[in-house]
Amino acid sequence: MASSAVIASHLSKRFGHGAHQITAVDDISLRVEKGEMFGIIGPDGAGKTTLFRLLTSLMLPDEGQVRIEGFNTLKQYKEIRRIIGYMPGRFSLYQDLSVEENLNFFATLFGTHIRANYDFIYPIYRYLEPFKKRKAGNLSGGMKQKLALCCALIHNPKVLFLDEPTTGVDPVSRKEFWEMLGLLQQKDITVVASTPYMSEAMRCHRIGFIQNGKIIGCNTPQNIREAFPWLVLSVRSTEMFRLLQDLRAYPDCRACHSFGAYQHIYLPKGSDPEDLHRYLTRKRHNDIRIKETDATIEDCFMDLMAKKGESDGH
Amino acid sequence: MKQFLAFVEKEFYHIFRDKATMLIILLMPIVQVLIFGFAITTDIRDTEVAVCDLSQSMESRELIEKIQAGEYFNVSERLLSPQEADNVFRKGKVKSLIVIPEDFSNRIALNENTAIQIITDGSNPNEANIITGYLQTITAQFAAEQHPAMQPPISFSAETRMLYNPLLKSAFTFVPGVIGLVLMLICTLMTSVSIVREREHGTMEALLVAPSKPLYLIFAKTVPYFVISLFNLAVIILLSIFAFDVPIRGSFMLFIGTSITYIFTSLCLGIFISTVSKTQQIAMIISLMGLMLPTVLLSGLMFPIESMPVVLQGISYLLPARWFIDMGRIIMIKGLGFHYIWIQWAVLTGMAGIFLALSVRGFKVRLD
Repeated sequence: MASSAVIASHLSKRFGHGAHQITAVDDISLRVEKGEMFGIIGPDGAGKTTLFRLLTSLMLPDEGQVRIEGFNTLKQYKEIRRIIGYMPGRFSLYQDLSVEENLNFFATLFGTHIRANYDFIYPIYRYLEPFKKRKAGNLSGGMKQKLALCCALIHNPKVLFLDEPTTGVDPVSRKEFWEMLGLLQQKDITVVASTPYMSEAMRCHRIGFIQNGKIIGCNTPQNIREAFPWLVLSVRSTEMFRLLQDLRAYPDCRACHSFGAYQHIYLPKGSDPEDLHRYLTRKRHNDIRIKETDATIEDCFMDLMAKKGESDGH
Repeated sequence: MKQFLAFVEKEFYHIFRDKATMLIILLMPIVQVLIFGFAITTDIRDTEVAVCDLSQSMESRELIEKIQAGEYFNVSERLLSPQEADNVFRKGKVKSLIVIPEDFSNRIALNENTAIQIITDGSNPNEANIITGYLQTITAQFAAEQHPAMQPPISFSAETRMLYNPLLKSAFTFVPGVIGLVLMLICTLMTSVSIVREREHGTMEALLVAPSKPLYLIFAKTVPYFVISLFNLAVIILLSIFAFDVPIRGSFMLFIGTSITYIFTSLCLGIFISTVSKTQQIAMIISLMGLMLPTVLLSGLMFPIESMPVVLQGISYLLPARWFIDMGRIIMIKGLGFHYIWIQWAVLTGMAGIFLALSVRGFKVRLD
């Protein structure tokens, strides 16, 4: 349907030959609607960057095809490159050019001018303006990302691709950055962003989990959390490390992971937390606290990964 | 056009802000001219020679004095008989022995032909040739002075005349060579590295995803190096005229014109190298090992092409510098016009066209 901003169907991309061949992207299909904010989540090496390069026409898939706003990345890459903004995972602006020079350069490249789009980029550029004479190489990580976002937005693109835009950025800047992306939503820009941080994924309309080149789950954060098939209990005691081992040894335990100050244990729905409490008392844990919690995105991702691993094993 | 200018502006920023590279680019031609001019000179200066004067006459002493007088030779040994020659040469200090026959002055007085013998240490053939040439020139002058109006009485089996460069000054030949070398380094090496650098630093990713025209990108890379090359060309020419007295006998404008053609060819070659190399190191190795070394050794800069094995002569045809150095010598030293260099010029222009066509075809609009 032409109404979707991004349509990828059965994309595959392999690198290398023979025994060394690896499949970076393995039969991925996805569809992003106009104005949507789509998050791609996955561990390092899952194939996120390759997927972005396929979507932005920088690479051609071995199989499958991509349409951006109806344009095919194989034949109509020139049209596509006019309407998309792309922020690569690696900082790809000129370190020896100042903030202003970088912006000017990319503006001219897209046949426009900073002034023409000033209002549009202002919410982001206002952070950078005090440093506009500074060389991009001397900016902090957060500032660099803001500059890169400005450069990717300078031509008012229809679809914005952000490959791990907040990696290596402090938590405050990360929060700011996502708030800026929220502003873009109001301007009907489609955003496709990848991130290794689960907390950021909650800000997306829909998220896709990617692992080993495959999309292993794709839905709204709300639906994904509601569909979580287990009971989640947060548990803590005075000995966190021994606790993790004991929880994993608990007969009904589906899986158990550390989440900050708590261990999250997944049990079959309808299990009684009191049983777990008695079990842990028997194991001589002190100061045991157990409470029922909602599944976080990370819980869902962990579970999906584990399921995927099991089905691959059989 | 605005896009193109933006690219050019960016390139100038890159170059001028990289102070170390800038310094190297600007100092390299000066250093090279000085090295070639003073260190790797093949000129004769204070060369030690031995004399065996069997004539012991006024004329023979006059000839020896004349050899001694210039800055070229220093008569350090006097032998009693030519048989001692072996001994002297084995010590290695003396490069040449001049034997003046017993009947030297008698024959001059009788207006008869006479001959002196010049024996030269041939272990360095190039040097031996030049020494012999200098000595012949001096004795010929001496003969002419003895009998200004007449046929020179001292005759040689071969009469040598060095056209255009009678003293065989090496500065005359190295200046076009150094220009060829420096311009090749700056244009080819710097251009190829700077394009590959964009790919290595990931900035190419941002450029490609913008609707930029590959041709603009490529040409913009060459503009700053073109300007710098012109500046360096001027420095080398001024230096060679004022420090080494190298004449520009032919048309100055023609020389500048051929230099610009050569710069253009080198730039195109640089672009071509950048399209085939994946990393800056590879681009550098191709430019240095694949180009600079052959340019120094095979382009006729240091050794005559005619005396090379046929295979190497064939390779020298592929070097742009060979054609440029050829043209440079024809214009600067011989003072001839375009009529004599049009073949070389056409070859250079053709090379530029081929490199350019291959680069534009090979430019990738996607990442590998």
